[in-house]
Amino acid sequence: MSLKSALGRARGLGSAKEGAGHFWAQRVSAVILVPLSLWFVVAVIGLAGADYATFKGWMSKPGNASLLLLTVLSVMYHAHLGLQVVIEDYVHCEARKLVSLIAMKLAAAFLAVFMTVSILKVAVGV
Amino acid sequence: MVEFALPANSRVQPGKVHKAAGAKRVKVFKIYRYDPDSGANPRLDSYEVDLDNCGPMVLDALLKIKNEIDSTLTFRRSCREGICGSCAMNIDGTNTLACLKPIEDIKGEAAVYPLPHMPVVKDLIPDLSLPYAQLASIKPWMQTQSPTPPDGERLQSPEEREKLDGLWECILCFCCQTSCPSYWWNGDRYLGPSVLLQAARWILDTRDEMTGERLDALEDPFKLYRCHTIMNCTKTCPKGLNPAKAIGAIKEKMIERRL
Repeated sequence: MSLKSALGRARGLGSAKEGAGHFWAQRVSAVILVPLSLWFVVAVIGLAGADYATFKGWMSKPGNASLLLLTVLSVMYHAHLGLQVVIEDYVHCEARKLVSLIAMKLAAAFLAVFMTVSILKVAVGV
Repeated sequence: MVEFALPANSRVQPGKVHKAAGAKRVKVFKIYRYDPDSGANPRLDSYEVDLDNCGPMVLDALLKIKNEIDSTLTFRRSCREGICGSCAMNIDGTNTLACLKPIEDIKGEAAVYPLPHMPVVKDLIPDLSLPYAQLASIKPWMQTQSPTPPDGERLQSPEEREKLDGLWECILCFCCQTSCPSYWWNGDRYLGPSVLLQAARWILDTRDEMTGERLDALEDPFKLYRCHTIMNCTKTCPKGLNPAKAIGAIKEKMIERRL
């Protein structure tokens, strides 16, 4: 039970003076992902049924490797921004929220690094 | 986590049935009843209302019930013409004003509940002290730095005045506020659609000189950015306003000042 006034509760800890950057980054990464996803789908369809040598040949072209890297990094960036909002919306226990946010961001960072290494390995590896 | 089920002492039980003897055109109103003094769970009472002897709106039926059937039914009302916002409640599954909702628009039994997800004071009366305090927190009055002009008027061109259309009409009934899932889950930190519409009303007012400070106060992951454009606010507004668009205008200003 708290005897704090309603206005005191409403004003709370004040503004965190951030949020616009997150909002903007989420919108911009979403727009960037539209052409990248289209390119990715077309590329995957084009490579359907190809053997590893063909795929490696495709990947070793700098344009293809760069666009693929850009796609997976944008996906992970956009996904971590979105998942952050979902966790903030629904997880109300502060400790659990903190742990889930950090774990989610670590997982996203790991996946981003893992996919980057994998792409580079196929693209430039022997 | 978010609670999807009501706590045990808030679960609604079946209630009393009030029959209308000798009525030809009968409409059944199922009304949420809760009396904090009784210690009992809320219940759903049924009232049969003779439509041949009742005004056209849901508020008319509620007044008829209170005057003629059950004087213990408690609700807020004042102007009975959609301008005071007192009789906001959840009718037939949608937040609206009882005085503007025609009975004939409701198919079958008419379910009447208080505005959702607010503490209930009694029956159809929600405790709105938090949204009122949130409204006060955005300082809903004109703030200026320049001295008042000699004739006492701060001028605005017709085009500048037009920017306030769709905002000034809000009557603060909180139908939108309490229809917003984001406000249900995070109402203690998210300001909610009606308060943000009021914030937009002052941010877009060209006579106000504290726009930057107003934006500063709103730039927060929770105060403003819990709006996920769910649009329940716009769908439910009994005055046909668009709080989601007003919130969009604030978000636009936030980007405008950083680019």
